Amino acid sequence: MNAAISCTGLKKHYGDVKAVDGLDLEVRAGECFGMLGPNGAGKTTTIEILEGLTKPDAGEVTILGRRWGSHERELRERLGISLQETRLTEKLTVFETLSLFRSFYVRGRNPEQLMADLSLEEKRDARVGKLSGGQRQRLAVACALAGDPEILFLDEPTTGLDPQSRLQLWERIAAYKAAGRTVLLTTHYMEEAERLCDRVAVVDHGKIIAQGSPEDLIAGLHAPHIIEFSTDPAVSDEMLAKIPGVGERRQRDGQWFLAAASLAQAVPALLAALDDAGAKLVSLSTHQATLEDVFISLTGRELRNE
Amino acid sequence: MSERQHPLAALTKTRILEFVREPEALFWVFAFPILMALVLGFAFRDRPPDPVPVGVVEGSVSKEITDALAASGKVKPSAYATLADGLEALRTGKIALLVEQTHALTYHLDATRPDARIARLEADAAIQRARGRLDPSPPQEALIHEKGSRYIDFLLPGILGLNLMGTGIWGIGFSIVNARLKKTLKLMAATPMRKSHYLLAQMLSRFVFLVGEVGIILAFGVAAFQVPIRGSLAVLGVVTVLGALCFAGLGLLTCARARTLEAANGLMNLIMVPMWLLSGVFFSSARFPKAAQPLIQALPLTALNNALRAVMLEGRSLAAIGGELAVVAAWGVVSFALALKIFRWQ
Repeated sequence: MNAAISCTGLKKHYGDVKAVDGLDLEVRAGECFGMLGPNGAGKTTTIEILEGLTKPDAGEVTILGRRWGSHERELRERLGISLQETRLTEKLTVFETLSLFRSFYVRGRNPEQLMADLSLEEKRDARVGKLSGGQRQRLAVACALAGDPEILFLDEPTTGLDPQSRLQLWERIAAYKAAGRTVLLTTHYMEEAERLCDRVAVVDHGKIIAQGSPEDLIAGLHAPHIIEFSTDPAVSDEMLAKIPGVGERRQRDGQWFLAAASLAQAVPALLAALDDAGAKLVSLSTHQATLEDVFISLTGRELRNE
Repeated sequence: MSERQHPLAALTKTRILEFVREPEALFWVFAFPILMALVLGFAFRDRPPDPVPVGVVEGSVSKEITDALAASGKVKPSAYATLADGLEALRTGKIALLVEQTHALTYHLDATRPDARIARLEADAAIQRARGRLDPSPPQEALIHEKGSRYIDFLLPGILGLNLMGTGIWGIGFSIVNARLKKTLKLMAATPMRKSHYLLAQMLSRFVFLVGEVGIILAFGVAAFQVPIRGSLAVLGVVTVLGALCFAGLGLLTCARARTLEAANGLMNLIMVPMWLLSGVFFSSARFPKAAQPLIQALPLTALNNALRAVMLEGRSLAAIGGELAVVAAWGVVSFALALKIFRWQ
């Protein structure tokens, strides 16, 4: 297996805060790999260490078989990096910005190609300061692609974007990957990870707590369905534990979430049990388990704490 | 593949575009020297000094005295109805001297005010002469009007040096700290861009503004005050370019690590204020004690001002100002090298 990115035993502490706390990772060439985790999980610190922008306190990083210490210039030519909340110079136009970034690379894609790649042709002569959030983010990705990189690093590429801009950017990232290139991205949107990533690492408190394809991770719950309901009066955990076919249970704001392998088995059993207990159903819904449920199952917390 | 600009050219062009699209920055570089020149122009108008305002207490002073004061041309008398009114005007600075005649001729004045002492001398001379005093040896006045030895001739090269320092350090410092705050620097550091190119581009972009800012000050000085440029313009060009590069380098060094505009501002003042005072902008640095001279002469602005004055006022050649230029160049090179070494990219 050909690893595009690998790191072992990565550690980075800021005072008492263990931002990255012993993290191992391997990204294969040609895959899109996502680091999924809540804000403050250590994703940005990790990706910036891999990008050679932050020095780790401990651990080894290898990118394309090279190390930052000895091959920085070569690696910079071969990587494309988009930082979290990149703020490009507002006074320059889209074309001028791309020409500038193109000038840094020996080989690369010219501004016209980059604008075509990211649907920015109409904004060619618009100042960066006048672009919408989505256009700015596409420009940031275009800048990262200026050197026609082998690996693209994206730190929360769609945070704060409207759904349409997000979709547009996903398409572009998918197209880049389809050309056989490698992508490493961080996100706290499970939907983004599920749509784009071949494999996902769930990061929490500076460590990877689960890793695999989104399908495998969800399958790992052994309960592909989630039943969400509330009752009046409330019911007890002991009562729910007796219902056949129900896996993990948790409760939030009076709402119960039950993991179930089969809805056909669990739902009628739940209804019967509620009936027996004299509890009236206030709401009931079911959904396919997602990476969000994987995260909750692993940590007991929600991915997004906004 | 694609046609590619040289990164240094692209970075320099970017910096210039950024600058000319920033109206405030343009104002400070180009309008500021014009304003300064206008203020100077007002202060150094080519006409005799204004008469000093003095007051007389009405009734107590004869018409003969008031007329004599007015006729002298050196003081400008105005009448006050009572002594109290006159003293009030004196206290508030409207007049420099109050003349009252009781049993004796009395001058009310604040002796710590220089203009009060001038007013006393001029008013007294006018009054005494009007009452019949004859000067035993009437003096003749020989006024200095020679171009090149007036205060304005001394001042203008200093203003030029001051401006080169200010625009170099402010212009570069703030743009760098801003780019650091916005993480533009970090993003650039993530590309194969050579870091020396980025810093060099900041210095090179200064040339474009140099022509404007130096041109305006010089043109104004020559047109309005006939300040002489006795040396060659080429030598003057070399001196200003070296000066601009030197302070651009110092600007880079000042802001090499600052993370906030406040910190950068403090550092810039720390660098510039001593030179405003010590480096002979408004008065000769020779006035400071001998013990401090080696230090003062080693300052880049002192060396630059001395070189500018030597070229403009004394017509010195490049060789004659080699020592000063070496000091200026050394500051530039060392600052740039140090800035490159300690520069904070994020």
